[in-house]
Amino acid sequence: MFRYGRLTESLWRGLTRPLQRAADGGGATEYVWALDDISLDIEEGAALGIIGLNGAGKSTLLKVISRITPPTRGEVRLHGRVGSLLEVGTGFHPELSGRDNIFLNGAVLGMRKHEITAKFDEIVFFAGVERFIDTPVKRYSSGMYVRLAFAVAAHLETEILVVDEVLAVGDINFQRKCLGKMREVARGGRTVLFVSHQLAAISRLCTSAIWLERGKVRAQGNPSDVVSDYLRPERGGGAVRRWEGDARPGSGPIRLEHVALTVDGGPSTTVDIQRPFVVELGYEVVEPAEGLRVGFVLYAGDGTTVFMTMDTAATEGEGLVRSAGRYTSRCVVPGHFLNEGTYSIAARADQPNVAERLYEPGAVDFEVVKTGGVAGRDLVRWPGVTLPALEWRTEAAPADEA
Amino acid sequence: MIPSTIEPRTTHSHDAETRPTITLRPPTGWTGLGLEELRGYRDLLYFLVWRDIKVRYKQTALGAAWAVLQPFTLMVIFSLFLGRLAGVPSDGFPYPVFAYSALVPWTLFASSLMACSEILVGNTSLVSKVYFPRLILPIAAAGSFVLDFLVAFAILIVMMASYGIVPTVNVLWVPLFSLFALLAAIGVGLWFAALNVKYRDVRHAVPLLVQVWLFATPIAYPSSLVPAAWRWTYGLNPMAGVVEGFRWTLLGTPAPSLSMIAVSAAVTIVVLFGGLAYFRRAEREFADLI
Repeated sequence: MFRYGRLTESLWRGLTRPLQRAADGGGATEYVWALDDISLDIEEGAALGIIGLNGAGKSTLLKVISRITPPTRGEVRLHGRVGSLLEVGTGFHPELSGRDNIFLNGAVLGMRKHEITAKFDEIVFFAGVERFIDTPVKRYSSGMYVRLAFAVAAHLETEILVVDEVLAVGDINFQRKCLGKMREVARGGRTVLFVSHQLAAISRLCTSAIWLERGKVRAQGNPSDVVSDYLRPERGGGAVRRWEGDARPGSGPIRLEHVALTVDGGPSTTVDIQRPFVVELGYEVVEPAEGLRVGFVLYAGDGTTVFMTMDTAATEGEGLVRSAGRYTSRCVVPGHFLNEGTYSIAARADQPNVAERLYEPGAVDFEVVKTGGVAGRDLVRWPGVTLPALEWRTEAAPADEA
Repeated sequence: MIPSTIEPRTTHSHDAETRPTITLRPPTGWTGLGLEELRGYRDLLYFLVWRDIKVRYKQTALGAAWAVLQPFTLMVIFSLFLGRLAGVPSDGFPYPVFAYSALVPWTLFASSLMACSEILVGNTSLVSKVYFPRLILPIAAAGSFVLDFLVAFAILIVMMASYGIVPTVNVLWVPLFSLFALLAAIGVGLWFAALNVKYRDVRHAVPLLVQVWLFATPIAYPSSLVPAAWRWTYGLNPMAGVVEGFRWTLLGTPAPSLSMIAVSAAVTIVVLFGGLAYFRRAEREFADLI
């Protein structure tokens, strides 16, 4: 049945939710509000993109709207049913067949039995698992599993749809298919709230966007404006980490004093994929040290090591004695190199063949954001931890003579 | 406060009035039981029950036979050690039938109670990633044992027939007593399910409690061993009423005293509504704590 008019107007006024955190000593309790003083009207048919760093409150907002956790203060008014896709395959049971799981998962997402039956063939076709529909999903490849799970979710017909970053799944073709489906849903007059780190997807799929920062709305409006605001380097935040006195990490001759990530001279935790950034390490050498080298290890969000780099390579550093004193080492990481995604820097120092002197994981976390450049027009995140701009030359074969 | 209006791409507001508006507010104190909301989720309840049954006997060689083996084995053990060796009386009935007729509703109660207690912590992603009335979960957990109960009950009928025992017309009361066993399990299970989210001690406490409860209920022995003047206190244990009821309707033992049944029923209802209220109050924190 075709349904007209999915009016949605969600209003939440001063929507707030605390995460309780015990303060040190005194037994006093300090509240950190995951969401504070957020007020929005979202009209029917709008597609709202929500961006922000990890811990900004994006997921909490979605959880409150999708009724998983009640607000501590304020209220939400929903006109219509809410479907939430905060995770792919919620309620899937590995022992059950694909067929059984479609019904189970559909019911978990709030579909009625007759709705699922009516859409069953479409779901199976979308997922492309026709041949394995009666096989237990524990025997599915992870790609098939995710495709099936997304297919069920994609056929959810609620007036309001709340989507957390579930799109970064499956192979690249399926991701493209999912984004296509999302666009279809968003343009079909339904109201969509969409959290994503893929800013390109936000700009293209959404009619508006908000930027959450520490539980508050930092900016809102046109998606491309919000995205460019979000990318502007700013002071402070998590981009600089400092240590003092005995808290300084390091052993032997070195004491780490700060780690910073800067873009255009200002600290930033978001990096434009096309631009270079600088990793800065400040440290004190407390006694003359032979062969000391300082650097960092870069990890991708999934824990993959991207590379390790040290200020002096093993050979040239050998035998060199660094005298006591304060130093700052800066390393420029070029643009058009890392892929979009989240990364983490671990500061490191060692004396080759003597000892590792410093290893401080998670010193600075940052995010590389796609704004253009390589695959800049592609909605889907390309695979790999790097996305280098490499030189290509393509020539037409010379036409055959005679 | 930053007011904002986000322009819609399409507007079909003529439909707006027909759609319910849901307002989410901070919960304060004791909320309603929310039972009316469950109706809209009956398909989910059905699929969850069906999942639990299907998964329980999947990849098992004996399959549904396990539904019977549990009460049946206990019956054999009780018959051997208590009935035969210790000579525990059985109100003049063959001890195996006497024990099994009580073990059938007991197993429904015990299995449902244990499943209820574990259902929230065993379905973390359902609780933290999607909304539906949380009450569905414990109800489904208990409901999935009704089928097991029916199978075990069929065996009981076969057993009675082989001993030549014909049930009285009172057998019509069996569904009512079974329902009470189920409601008692859900009532107690709701408390433990909610507590389990916060204190995983529940996982260890419940099996222990069930063991003690088994012997506190006149299953392996007749309640006639207890002095008549004190028998009504047995009613405080809801399962005592259920077990006595089963024996009365099926075997034709003397009818349990009305006062005992009344106390049993009252206790069950108090525990159930207390459990519902407590569960509803606790559920707002489930997603954060689990």
